[in-house]
Amino acid sequence: MDRLSKEQRQRYARHIALPNFGEKGQRKILESRVLCVGVGGLGSPVVLYLAGAGVGTLGIADSDVLELPNLQRQVVHSSGDVGKPKVETAKKRLRELNPDVTVETFHERVTAENVHNLVADYDVVVDGCDNPETRYVLNAACYSAKKPFVHGSIFRYEGRATTFTYDPGTPCYRCIYPSSPPPGFLPSGAEAGIASPVPGLIGMIQVAEVLKLLLGEGDLLVGRMVLYDMLAMTFREVRIAKDPGCSLCGKEAGAGLS
Amino acid sequence: MAVTIRIPHLLRELTEGKDALSVDASTAGEALERLEERYPGIRARICRKDASLQGFVNLYVNDEDVRFLDRLNTPLKEGDVLTILPMIAGG
Repeated sequence: MDRLSKEQRQRYARHIALPNFGEKGQRKILESRVLCVGVGGLGSPVVLYLAGAGVGTLGIADSDVLELPNLQRQVVHSSGDVGKPKVETAKKRLRELNPDVTVETFHERVTAENVHNLVADYDVVVDGCDNPETRYVLNAACYSAKKPFVHGSIFRYEGRATTFTYDPGTPCYRCIYPSSPPPGFLPSGAEAGIASPVPGLIGMIQVAEVLKLLLGEGDLLVGRMVLYDMLAMTFREVRIAKDPGCSLCGKEAGAGLS
Repeated sequence: MAVTIRIPHLLRELTEGKDALSVDASTAGEALERLEERYPGIRARICRKDASLQGFVNLYVNDEDVRFLDRLNTPLKEGDVLTILPMIAGG
């Protein structure tokens, strides 16, 4: 990329001033392409901050239309947007926030059929999904394309985050959860409730991971998972390990593209 | 051995809202038995019928996943903390 414009130097001045960042780091961010799957609780703060940070191309995929109960935490959208596709309302807000950012929208569900094409065009994929099936699909596609996948998940007052780089010896999503729970094991957000700060905090951890991945700076949340509990006000970390018996990335795994 | 079991938000409807309890156990599996005695039905949410851990529930002794230790035979020592971590899926 050419040197930053005068306006860009002002817009990103606080990044440029940072050690390990600088104008070179900001140019990397501006040249990067990040896909966020889901613009709900996690995806909303994620795409807002990635756009603010100047990620050059942001892909956003979500098949939903905005509903009123979303707005308590899905802050990229607005009250007047109810009934519209979330990818469109997010795009409008992101362009207002930062015209440097090109927003590519996919108003569709991510499936085993479309995921490989979708993921292929991006440097990093962010997990803003609301169900395990889509996470397994993205995990498999990111594993086969060797694209970093930044995981977040939330429930009531609790949230988790980790990063999968798929480097040798590091775990994937299926290493942590070899199989999916039966229907009904996990109550939906509508039944269970979700405290609005939880996706905000977890989303910011995801954004920080994305920026470090793009910059090549700092230590990533690889092989460890952060657990946030809002009521207890604790952040904990547990080790997560590669499972040699993993059906996706383990020794005995087949093509691993399911 | 007195150990602490941390209950995740998802399972607190079975523990009258309690977020932790102290039990006497010498293995991870034994701790789950004590938990089941106290709150009948909770083990079925954590383990399969053959008593192995469900594929969507992790059990940690301190910061280590028992799947990479000795699973439910993982020995416990005084003061250990067991954390039950079922998958959460919201976004």
